[in-house]
Amino acid sequence: MKQHDKPLEDDPRYRVANREALLGVGLVIINFILWYGFAYGIGSKPVGEYSYIWGLPAWFFYSCILGTVIVISLVILAVVFLFKEVPFDEEGDK
Amino acid sequence: MNWEVVIPLILFLISIFVIGFYASTHLKSTSNFLQEYFLGSRQLGGFILAMTMISTYGSASSFIGGPGVAYTMGLGWVLLSMTQLATGYFVLSVLGKKFAIMARKIRAVTLIDFLKARYESKGVVILSALSIIIFLFSAMAAQWIGGARLIEALTGLSYIGALFIFAVSVLVYVIIGGFRAVAITDTVQGVVMLVGTLVILIGTVMAGGGMGNIVSTLAAENPGLISPFGADQSLTPLYVSSFWILVGVGVVGLPQVAVRAMSYKSSKGMHRALIIGTVVVGVIMLGMHLTGVFGRAVLPGIEVGDKVMPKLAMEVLPAWLAGIVLAAPMAAIMSTVDSLLLLVSSAVVKDVYLNYVKPEASDQTIKRFSIGVTTVLGVLVFAMAVNPPELLIWLNLFSFGGLEAAFIWPVVMGLYWKKGNASGAMASILVGVGSYIAFNTFMPNAFGMHTVVLPVVLSLVSYVSVSLMTGRKHAVVQEAVLLRLWKV
Repeated sequence: MKQHDKPLEDDPRYRVANREALLGVGLVIINFILWYGFAYGIGSKPVGEYSYIWGLPAWFFYSCILGTVIVISLVILAVVFLFKEVPFDEEGDK
Repeated sequence: MNWEVVIPLILFLISIFVIGFYASTHLKSTSNFLQEYFLGSRQLGGFILAMTMISTYGSASSFIGGPGVAYTMGLGWVLLSMTQLATGYFVLSVLGKKFAIMARKIRAVTLIDFLKARYESKGVVILSALSIIIFLFSAMAAQWIGGARLIEALTGLSYIGALFIFAVSVLVYVIIGGFRAVAITDTVQGVVMLVGTLVILIGTVMAGGGMGNIVSTLAAENPGLISPFGADQSLTPLYVSSFWILVGVGVVGLPQVAVRAMSYKSSKGMHRALIIGTVVVGVIMLGMHLTGVFGRAVLPGIEVGDKVMPKLAMEVLPAWLAGIVLAAPMAAIMSTVDSLLLLVSSAVVKDVYLNYVKPEASDQTIKRFSIGVTTVLGVLVFAMAVNPPELLIWLNLFSFGGLEAAFIWPVVMGLYWKKGNASGAMASILVGVGSYIAFNTFMPNAFGMHTVVLPVVLSLVSYVSVSLMTGRKHAVVQEAVLLRLWKV
């Protein structure tokens, strides 16, 4: 599209929105790596050689329990420190 | 009839009705019936937003079907179900603010309102309305069947009687209260789901003599049960990972979830919902599926997967507590069904009737028509559910994947890629749905991945390539769309 001769700027709130969408994608990638790495990294050996944490196989503990806790913490950190509040009202009362 | 189990269920139904009546007061006093009935006037706060998203998403398969499969497959299925953790934060951060801002710019009430403004194309609107009506209707039927079977199993009523109770309960509060009733009841239902999950998990661990004990019982029966590969070694890493598309990131394309991303009040609410949603979905998915696996050590030899949860609850908990726990799948089913019912109604009323049949309808007519459509749809689903097809979980997943393949790119690329246009969106919907049905029929789980993966890839390819090829044809319309949706 020909945008170069347009005087109008994009809505500045979109810059925040785009950044946060990328943060969401980043979180999913981290989530996937933790989940996959722990599960198949530790869990691929024969069941007889498993070690156990809290009675659960170590792969499961790290991937599904610790991994979940880490991801939840990252979500909280991202929301608190990286997400920005923007006004939504169109009617101009803000 | 087992009254100790039934009484908590009745109390649960009564509180849902009370909420419906409360919400109906908003619906009576509103100045904009459409916005209130289908979107709750965009007033959702963080907690309600998180709960309505999770409980709309979490359905019969999270509480009945999924744990049933986990019972058979072991911890590998819990691993697979944890791909759903992403739904807690991904949908809101990706659609998030952009969708909320754009929806307000164009006063969109439905997902299709957004697509209509973004693509300015009758073809896109009709294709998407059709996909929503067809796929969500079948998803709804599957959920109703699940709800009725559950009531049947718990109370000993006949299937038809149970279906009737279920249908009437849902229809009443959706019709009188609209989206607000749906969202608030979803919140109560979400809390019931969360509490029920924790209670049954703890009860099962205690009945099994602790986690260590349970795990060694399972390992003794079949070591596969505690490996990530499943009891029969059929869960390959590729197959399990492909569920990240189906139940993780692909959920962005589900209209019933996406529409919630434009219903919230402020960015503060959205931030809170991101955190609450991730925690709640993590606890529910981990807890329910883990319970299913542990249940095998406590109560071995159950043949039908769908019966695992009800039997387990009755076995490991006192009757009254089992009643509360079994209200959880009930809540999960109702909270999915109510949203689907409202969404299919909105597709008929707002996207078809008001767009193309009678755009000048008065508020009074719209009101009568909306309520009429919701009622007729309810009766139709009831009729379909009377003679139900088997295999609840797969029927449900079919509509799930079909909708994701249809909508994920028109929505996501529509928000973030300015060059996406109507031809691209139409190609994407047609290729997505078409190839999903084709793969499902002729080549299920192609190349060892879940069937949804290839259609999602193909629909992305068609979206991008067709948009690029037809860029010139749409230049004028695109200019206007950009001006309306992007510029200050």
